[in-house]
Amino acid sequence: MTDLTRLSAADLAAKLARKEVSSVEATQAQLDRIAAVDGDVHAFLHVDAEGALATAADVDARRAAGEGLHGLAGVPIAVKDIVATKGMPTTCGSKILDGWIPPYDATITLRIKAAGLPILGKTNMDEFAMGSSTEHSAYGPTRNPWDRDRIPGGSGGGSAAAVAAFEAALAIGTDTGGSIRQPGALTGTVGVKPTYGGISRYGLVALASSLDQAGPVTRTVLDAALLHELMGGHDPMDSTSIDAPAPLVVSAARRADVKGLKIGIVKELGGEGFQAGVSARFHEAVELLTSAGAEVVEVSLPSLEYALAAYYLVMPSEASSNLARFDAMRYGVRVPPAGADDPSAEQVMASSRDAGFGDEVKRRIIVGTYALSSGYYDAYYGSAQKVRTLLARDFAAAFEQVDVLVSPTSPTTAWQLGAKLDDPLSMYLQDVATIPANLAGIPGLSLPVGLADEDGLPVGLQFLAPQQADDRLYNAGAALEKLLEEKWGGPMLAQAPDLEVAR
Amino acid sequence: MSEPAKGISRADVSHLAGLARIDLSEAELDHFAAELPAILEHVAVVQQAAGDDVEAMSHPVPVNNVFREDVVVPCLTPEEALAGAPASEQQRFLVPKILGED
Repeated sequence: MTDLTRLSAADLAAKLARKEVSSVEATQAQLDRIAAVDGDVHAFLHVDAEGALATAADVDARRAAGEGLHGLAGVPIAVKDIVATKGMPTTCGSKILDGWIPPYDATITLRIKAAGLPILGKTNMDEFAMGSSTEHSAYGPTRNPWDRDRIPGGSGGGSAAAVAAFEAALAIGTDTGGSIRQPGALTGTVGVKPTYGGISRYGLVALASSLDQAGPVTRTVLDAALLHELMGGHDPMDSTSIDAPAPLVVSAARRADVKGLKIGIVKELGGEGFQAGVSARFHEAVELLTSAGAEVVEVSLPSLEYALAAYYLVMPSEASSNLARFDAMRYGVRVPPAGADDPSAEQVMASSRDAGFGDEVKRRIIVGTYALSSGYYDAYYGSAQKVRTLLARDFAAAFEQVDVLVSPTSPTTAWQLGAKLDDPLSMYLQDVATIPANLAGIPGLSLPVGLADEDGLPVGLQFLAPQQADDRLYNAGAALEKLLEEKWGGPMLAQAPDLEVAR
Repeated sequence: MSEPAKGISRADVSHLAGLARIDLSEAELDHFAAELPAILEHVAVVQQAAGDDVEAMSHPVPVNNVFREDVVVPCLTPEEALAGAPASEQQRFLVPKILGED
C-alpha cells in the first residue's frame, strides 16, 4: 500500500479527487507520522488531531455528496506558529504569548479553511521569527531530519523540518530575511518568498512590516505553486496587499521550460565565504540549466556589499516598534516585578517584557531602539533605507539584462546545534544571500540541488525574479527540479536517512 | 560603570532598555554591552553607501492610504477581545496603576 505521507500534495490531491483515498485516511497517516517522529524532530509546538480529522471528515462528506471542492481540499497542512489561528494556540515561539489563543483567523488561515485543508498544527520557529536556526524558540529547538544534531535553519525550521520529515506535504512559512528559503535549503525542501504584498499579511504577527512575507513550504515546486495560488491575491484587510491579478504560478510550474531563459549568476553571492560543497552543487545546477537551453551570464549587484548591514538595521528598527505591542495589558503574559508592592503599569510592562522575551529578541529590540533614537536615526535607519534604494536600482538594472537571477540560498549547509549561539554576528552573516530579496520586495524560490561532498547535507539554490514575476521562479525552479530528478533517479529527499520511529 | 566601547556603553544599553521597557538584569546589561559594539560596528557601514542625493526607501512598494466603504462589518465581541487579557473587569482591560505614588 502507498505510504500516504510520502506523496506530494498534488499527487495526494489527485488520489482524493479520484476517491482512491479519503482525507481522513491521509490526515490520520500524517498524525501517525507526527506521533512517530516528532518527539525527535520537534517540528510542532501544537498538534490539533481532533480539529484536523473533523475538517477531513467534513471534506470527505462534501466530496461524497458531489460538492465542487478546491483542488487541495483534504490535503493536510502545517502552519507556522506566527500565523493567527482562531481557537488554536499561537505563540510565535515566545514565552510572552504562552497560552494565547487568537480570537480571529489570519487571512491565509481563512483561505486554507475555506479550501478545506485540515490544519495539523502549529510549527516551531525562532522567537518572533528572529533567528536562522530555530534555536531561539522558547520551547526548544527543532532538529534537522538529515542529522538531528544539526539545526534545520530558521526562523521557519519547524515548517521545513515537518515537510522534510514527511510529517506534512504542505506547510506555511514567513520570510523576513530568508526564514522560508534558508530552512528550505538546509533541509532539502522547497520554499518560496513571494513578491512583497503578494500574499496577505493580515493576522501574521509582525516582525518587520516592510519585509515580512508569507509563502509556501513544500517538497516539490508544483506543490509550492498550488499553495501559493491558494494563499495569494488581493486582501482588503492588508493595506500593502497588491491589488492586481496574481502571477500565474501553477501554470508556470507545469511549463518547466528554461529554453531561451536568460539567467544571471549574482557575482557577489559566491566565492569566499561559501562552503566548497555548496559552490560545487550550485555550479553543477547552473550547468544543467545551460544544457537545457538557458542562457547564463554573470551580473553584478554592487550595493549588495551593504545589504546585510542595512537589513540588520531595518529589521531590528521595525521589530522594536512592532514588539512594543507586547505590553502585558491586553494579551500575553503579565509578570509583576519581584519585591515591588503595588507596582505601576510601566514596572509591570518592563518586568513582563524581561521575563517574556528571550535573548535574541531583547538584543534586536535594543539595536532597533538605538538605530531609531534621536541623533542616530539619520546615520543608521536613514542610511539603511538609502541602501534599499540603491539595491532596488541594482536589481532593476540586472533584470534589464536577465529574466531571473541565481545564487546559492545559504553560504553553508546545516551547522551543529549550538555552534553559533554565542556569536550572533556570525549567525546574521548566514542570511547574506536571502535578505536582498526582502529589502527589494522581490520574490525568491529555493530548491534542493544536491548534497555537499564534505558533509552529505542538503544544498539549496535560489532563483530571484522582479516584483510580480513570481511565475518565472516556478517555471525555472520546476525545470531545474525535473533535470535534477532525472539525474538522481528520484527526489533528493529519497536519500534522507530514515528517522527512528517511536512506537 | 559606563566603559565606552566603540560608541555604545553599558549605561547606553541600560538607557535603551529603559526606553524599550525591558527590565534587563545586571548580567544581561553586561552581556549586551560586551556584544553590541561589534554588531553596531558591522551595520555602521551603511553610512558609507549613499550620499544625500539618494532617496530613502521605506517600503518596497508604494504605500497608499486604503479606504473602504463606511459600512458596518462583524467584529470581535467584548468577550473575544478580552479573552487573552491578563486581567479584566466589567468588559474592560484591568491594568495596574498608571501613575506612581511618588
